[in-house]
Amino acid sequence: MKCADILVIGGGPGGLGAAIEAAKAGASVLLVDENPRMGGQLYKQIHKFFGSQTHYAGQRGFDIADTLIAEAARAGVELLPQTRALGCFDEGQFALLSLANQDATRLRTMKARRVILATGAKENAVAFPGWTLPGVMTAGAAQTLANIYGVLPGKRILILGSGNVGLIVGYQLMQAGAQVLGIVDVLPSVHGYEVHAAKLRRANVPIYLGSTVVEARGETRVQQVIIGQVDACFQPIEGTHQTIECDTVLLAVGLSPRTEIAAMFGCDMTFERRLGGLMPIHDETMCTSNQTIYVCGDLAGVEEASTALDEGRLAGIHAAAACGYGDEARHARVAALQSSLNTLRSGMHGQPRKEAKNDILQLAHRKGIVGETI
Amino acid sequence: MTQQEHTAPITDPIICRCEEIRKSEILQAIEMGCRSVTAIKKYTRAGMGVCQGRTCARLIEQILIASGISPQAAVARDKARFPIVPCPISAFNGSDKEDQVDAPSI
Repeated sequence: MKCADILVIGGGPGGLGAAIEAAKAGASVLLVDENPRMGGQLYKQIHKFFGSQTHYAGQRGFDIADTLIAEAARAGVELLPQTRALGCFDEGQFALLSLANQDATRLRTMKARRVILATGAKENAVAFPGWTLPGVMTAGAAQTLANIYGVLPGKRILILGSGNVGLIVGYQLMQAGAQVLGIVDVLPSVHGYEVHAAKLRRANVPIYLGSTVVEARGETRVQQVIIGQVDACFQPIEGTHQTIECDTVLLAVGLSPRTEIAAMFGCDMTFERRLGGLMPIHDETMCTSNQTIYVCGDLAGVEEASTALDEGRLAGIHAAAACGYGDEARHARVAALQSSLNTLRSGMHGQPRKEAKNDILQLAHRKGIVGETI
Repeated sequence: MTQQEHTAPITDPIICRCEEIRKSEILQAIEMGCRSVTAIKKYTRAGMGVCQGRTCARLIEQILIASGISPQAAVARDKARFPIVPCPISAFNGSDKEDQVDAPSI
C-alpha cells in the first residue's frame, strides 16, 4: 500500500498551496485531482487577476495554475491528476480511483498521516418552472464549455446572478461572440466587483436588479424566459413580467462547499450562509474536529482563488508541522499569511467574509477544536 | 426582447432530477413532518438517485428554510458513504498487487 505523510485532495489553488508548503517543509506529499490536469477553476480564468503582486495580480488564471503546478513539482509533490478520492475506511486507509486508463488496475488504497481536503465547491441551482429544459445550465458549465472546450453554450444568453461568476462569464461569452441579453439579480445592487460590472455596462448589457427568472419556456429547449420584479420577500410581483427570447439561461447563484469527504471523516459541520452554507468547522490552523484532517479553500467557506491559495498554504504548513516537519521560520510565515488573508478580507466585499470566518474560528474554540501546532 | 403583460401558468418544477421528485411532493413531505434534507430523502426518495443529491440537497434545504425551519436543522443530511461518486464495478476487479487476495476459483 502506498504511504505518504500528507495526502492533499483537490488540485485547485487551495490544494496546490497546501501541497507546496507541506513539501517545502520536508513532508512527503501526494496531491490528487479528478481532472485531467491540476489547477482547478484557475484553468477557466482567462482574465487577468487584480490585487497585489503576492497574489499574482496582472496574471491570467491559467498562467497562475501553471506557475503553481511547476512550483509543486519542484518542491517534490507527487502529482496524481485523473485520480478521484472515493472515500476513507477505518484505520485511515484511503481509496483512490484512477480515471487515466480504462483497462488498467484502477482502484488503489493508500495511507497518510494527515489529509488536507481542498475539494472546493459546487454550483447552486434555482428551481423555477422550466429549469430542467436543455439550455438552462450553471455559469461554470458555460465557462467550461467556452474556455476549456472552445464551444459556445448558446447564441442569446440570459444570466441569473450578478456575482463575479455571472459578470465574468457574461463578459467572456460576449468576447466569444454570444449575445448577452441581460443579467438578472434579486438583490437591489450588483453583487460582484464593479470592475467586472462596468465592462458589461459599457457594452450596453441591461442589468435587471430586484428581479428574477419566473419561468423558462420552450418545446425541446429554452426559447423564452419570463422575468419579473420581486417584492421584499423575493417573490415575483404580478404585472411586472416581461418576456425575453433567448436560447440559454445561465445560473450564477452561488456555490456550496463540497463536504462529502469531510463528512465521511466525521468533521463537525455548521451552516454559515455568508460562506456558502454547510461547511466543516475549523480553527486558525485549518484543522477540523478530526485532528488528522485539515481543510482549505472553498470547502472551508466559499471565497476566492487568492484566499484559497493562502489558506491552503496555512493548512500545508500546519499539517506538515503536525507530522514533525518545518523549522522555527514557519511562525513568521504563518503570521505573514494571516496578515495577507486579513488584507484580502477587507473592504466592502471582504469584510462580511472576515466576520463570518471569525465566527467559524470562535465556534471552533467553543467546541474545543484546536490543531496540534497552535 | 418583447415586453408584455404575462401571467405564468401554475407549474410544479422538478427538484430532484434523478428521481423526478417535484416541489409539491417536497412541500407535502414537510407538511407530513419532515424537518431536514435527510428526512425528506427518506420520505420522498429525493437525493437517492445516481447523483446522490448533489444539486437537489441545496434546493430542498432552501425549501425547508423558506417553510420556517431553522437552517441548522434543515441541513442535516446522511453521511456520504464509500464510494462517494458513482463508479464502474470494473474499478473493483483489481487492486494494488500487495493487497491482492487470490480468490478461490469456483
